[in-house]
Amino acid sequence: MSSIQEIQQEIVEEFEMFDDWMQRYEYMIELGKSLPLIDEKYKTEEYIIKGCQSKVWVHADLNDDKIEFTADSDAIITKGIIAILIRSFSNQPPQEILDADTSFIDKIGLKEHLSPTRANGLVSMIKQIKLYAIAYQAKANSK
Amino acid sequence: MLMASATAKTTFNIEKIRKDFPILDRKVNGYPLVYFDNAATSQTPKQVIDAIVDYYSNYNANIHRGVHALSQEATDAYEQARIKIQRHFNIPNAYQTLFTAGTTHGINMVASGYASILKEGDEVLVSALEHHSNIVPWQMLCEKTGAKLKVIPMLETGTLDMEAFDALLSDRLKVVFVNHVSNALGTINPIAEIITKAHQKGAVVLVDGAQAAPHIKADVQELDVDFYVVSAHKICGPTGVGMLYGKEDLLKLLPPYQGGGEMIDQVTFEKTTYAGLPHKFEAGTPNICGGIAFGVALDYMNEIGFDAIAKYEHQLLEYATSKLQEIEGLRIYGESKDKTAVVSFNINGIHPYDMGTILDKLGIAVRTGHHCAQPIMDFYKISGTVRASFSFYNTFEEIDTFVAAVIRAKEMLS
Repeated sequence: MSSIQEIQQEIVEEFEMFDDWMQRYEYMIELGKSLPLIDEKYKTEEYIIKGCQSKVWVHADLNDDKIEFTADSDAIITKGIIAILIRSFSNQPPQEILDADTSFIDKIGLKEHLSPTRANGLVSMIKQIKLYAIAYQAKANSK
Repeated sequence: MLMASATAKTTFNIEKIRKDFPILDRKVNGYPLVYFDNAATSQTPKQVIDAIVDYYSNYNANIHRGVHALSQEATDAYEQARIKIQRHFNIPNAYQTLFTAGTTHGINMVASGYASILKEGDEVLVSALEHHSNIVPWQMLCEKTGAKLKVIPMLETGTLDMEAFDALLSDRLKVVFVNHVSNALGTINPIAEIITKAHQKGAVVLVDGAQAAPHIKADVQELDVDFYVVSAHKICGPTGVGMLYGKEDLLKLLPPYQGGGEMIDQVTFEKTTYAGLPHKFEAGTPNICGGIAFGVALDYMNEIGFDAIAKYEHQLLEYATSKLQEIEGLRIYGESKDKTAVVSFNINGIHPYDMGTILDKLGIAVRTGHHCAQPIMDFYKISGTVRASFSFYNTFEEIDTFVAAVIRAKEMLS
């Protein structure tokens, strides 16, 4: 299993193949289609991420001390963004997720989505992923 | 026919107008900016920008209290702006023309004033086409007073259900609140009829003119409206300033909204007597420069002429509507015969946020989402729309660019 950093590097290299924003967005939309979809029963208010103009649901499960994320969104670009995040963070130990940085988003030309005022809530998604990591970490420590 | 179009050209010179707006020359994401988010805020002509620079460069001072020259000049300019606004809306007296921080502020001034007037069992009526800023203050007011909030429902066409309105008129009705034009759909509401019928029941009517002001020159006396509110930033002016008009007896009846300097007559620790209109409602140092620039913005628009503006914008609306309707799977929300230059739409299976993101990458500014009008979105059972809103400085070529971009985005997102 690759580390978060290795996966992020891989994603950066994939995006470097494209010369313009349109191709990058088309690729992101493609990635969105391969998103590990959240179970319909989790598509509720409880799993929704606030701060997004589109709806985003994220769910996390612990398998063999690693967090597995599933998600969905009603907007296709948002789905692409979350697919990139999940590819980077899913099936990783909580501590690694907490330690990971997200500067690769900038490198793949999606910098504008990182602004906290941006309506897609990328920042909120990252925060939610980290919150799941904190929760599972705390649970593991209390055992 | 030839004569008519030649006359129209002399009264409306789009090339000249566009030169007044420096921002229209900029590029966004490498493309020339196409600004179609005018219903959110309008762009600022250089005449207004110059007035702001002139104020801070030459006569910035606090008003109404200084004996020195700068204070006098600033006071004169500010009060002159009040008179310009008064004349624009045909308000009987300058003292009924209150400066506010904007439409929301004006609405809250009236709503909070009615907190001491309304009683349990009284009724307040708002329309289903309202912006959140028009719903929340009245909900708060009703919670505080025990009055009942009722809603004039809307129809599929995005217009108000006037039969339902008639049925809602009761002797307990005290306040009616309605926007002149819906921000989400562009529907022009039949406010004259609403005002007449509400008055027959003894109710007062507050009209939110924020979305109407850029397109329609409202005459408050002809409308016989009780309160009318607008924001300067939708009419080529700066943000943070607006106007509240009220009938004289009603303004005298309402208690002051905020305590502070300027709004008092005499202060002792036992009792303060309030100043007369308009100062009773203008506590503290106002947005002096904003008020002056607001006046200049109205001068600018009046020079072009509201009839010419409305006519041109209507042509833009019709052109955009017919072009967009050619796109398969596109639905326009808000099909009132009377509407301002707003097209709110969705394309089957495409989220408005996705459409807005791609349009932005192509240099086109539109609004996406629920437009702070969730009840309207709930009515149509959608999460939001893409809203393109046009102004008199937009062009038919920009609409072509926009429509081509919508088609391109549709291909990408389908």
